[in-house]
Amino acid sequence: MTIACGFELTGVGFAYGEIQALAGLDISLAPGRFYGIVGPNGCGKTTFLDLLTGTKFPDQGSITFMGQPVAGYRRRDLARMVALVPQDFGIDFAFTVQEVVLMGRHPHIGRFASPAAEDWRQVDAAMEAIGISHFKDRFVNELSGGEKQRVVVARALAQQTPYLLFDEATSSLDVQYTMQIFNVAKRLVQEEGRTVIAVIHNLNLAAAYCDELIFMQKGKVAASGPTDTVLDPALIKKVFGVESRVAFDEFSNTQQISFRYWS
Amino acid sequence: MRQSGYTIWLLTLSLAAATFGAIVYATGMGHIVVPGGDILRVIAARITSNPALLAGIDPVIPFVVFDVRLPRILTATLVGGGLAMSGVIYQGILLNPLADPYTLGVSSGAAFGAALALVANLSMMGNFSVPLFAFTGAALTLLVVLYLSSFNGQISANTLILSGVIVGAILAAGISFLKYLADEQVAVIIFWLMGSFASRTWLDVGVVTVALLCGLLLSLFYARDLNILSLGNRSADTLGVESTRVRWILLLSASLVTAVCVSVSGIIGFIGLIVPHLMRFLVGPDNRKLLPVSVLAGALLLLVADTVTRAVLPVEVPIGVLTALIGGPFFCVLFRRRQRKAI
Repeated sequence: MTIACGFELTGVGFAYGEIQALAGLDISLAPGRFYGIVGPNGCGKTTFLDLLTGTKFPDQGSITFMGQPVAGYRRRDLARMVALVPQDFGIDFAFTVQEVVLMGRHPHIGRFASPAAEDWRQVDAAMEAIGISHFKDRFVNELSGGEKQRVVVARALAQQTPYLLFDEATSSLDVQYTMQIFNVAKRLVQEEGRTVIAVIHNLNLAAAYCDELIFMQKGKVAASGPTDTVLDPALIKKVFGVESRVAFDEFSNTQQISFRYWS
Repeated sequence: MRQSGYTIWLLTLSLAAATFGAIVYATGMGHIVVPGGDILRVIAARITSNPALLAGIDPVIPFVVFDVRLPRILTATLVGGGLAMSGVIYQGILLNPLADPYTLGVSSGAAFGAALALVANLSMMGNFSVPLFAFTGAALTLLVVLYLSSFNGQISANTLILSGVIVGAILAAGISFLKYLADEQVAVIIFWLMGSFASRTWLDVGVVTVALLCGLLLSLFYARDLNILSLGNRSADTLGVESTRVRWILLLSASLVTAVCVSVSGIIGFIGLIVPHLMRFLVGPDNRKLLPVSVLAGALLLLVADTVTRAVLPVEVPIGVLTALIGGPFFCVLFRRRQRKAI
């Protein structure tokens, strides 16, 4: 008997009313890999992540996590296994950075319990890893977009889950902080065997960090597989409609894509 | 400005002590002045049914204290607490620090119900007709608003606020129509709408106590979840909060507490808006600290306001008018400050 682990999607479809956002997804996400989900705006990437976190349930097909349907998990149990760094983070209340990162420990702390030493240790470690310890006492509603984004990443790290989902988690970060966050994620995959599933818009970033890429187009998987084999100008042309060249780049030590920006 | 753990305990305890002190002090105020010691003795005598404690007190005093003043004072105190608690919950769930217990139109529903009972001169349930109709109106309005704004069991803050506005506007027209029909009776409706704690009874005290206690226990139970809900739905779900269920439970309990408050006292604005706002300024947005502190502060504030209108001012100003007159400008200052800070 094989022990099912990771996510297993069979024939998954999801519709917002009349609009079919996802259709016929068959895909497995194995543990210990760094997955990148790429595709044009509105192709269903966020919905895909919502299905993995159980915040939405498929209209067709089934999704299992560790062999059990995602729908069968209690939210609290799932939250100890799967963390999400969402795209949007609006907050109007003056919680401190540290308080928000501590919320990442919510699924680990009993209802009437106080945070234990271990919880505080994880909160400190997460803030340290993302480099936000120096503003842990500031109010999140007064932070810049980039600072907020890093707080949310730290919150997801503090959740200490084997699976980490990023939804465009670095969209408002400069190259330094983007690399810092992806380096942390990469280390978690390589050294601790955790799984990262990241929606990434920057194809070169995806090529540099991901072990596997999933190209999505109009709610379907256009292609998926190991980064080295799946990355291809014809596919990029088909999915994004732009001309490109894929070549190994010595300086970055990865496959990189060049675009013909204008002619 | 934000206080830390120890100071918050101190603040909670002092608010509780101040509220208790204010209840006793306010009971002594009025046309007949009763000293604090006598009030405590009258209460002790009632509780222990020991008439010896009443020795040397004018026989009218126990009646004034126990049957006239205390029910009114306690109702005002409890309603203040209830409105402030609902305000905290609404602001938390609607992700909007400017929401208040009436955002969902609960007050308009209650007003419509009460106006209907007053116009139709319904008295089949004696004195209870108006509060019962008010409560029913509030509850029905809530159901309609929730029905309008929910989709697949999910509710979003924006659709809730919009539905509240729409239903509120319709009911406002309905109330105007009832006023038009009421002819000479219109004054009764207007007075009810402006809120009053005059001639409240122990039954009112009991009903509001039960509602407030249930609401407070439930909201404290879910207080940490409510904190996390302020990060938004998607974050809350993935942090292990059953966000849909928690939102429904808290929304319903806050609305029912508001409905009960409105049905015994009429429409009293600004308490549910200002108190959570002020207290958040002092203790921060953590609902586990914010809820108890706001309940106490709301209780104290409404008690003081009601006492001012009852025993200090030469004429009794309707309590809803007083809270709006004082609360409104005060809120403008707060709001202006917040905007300047945002820039």
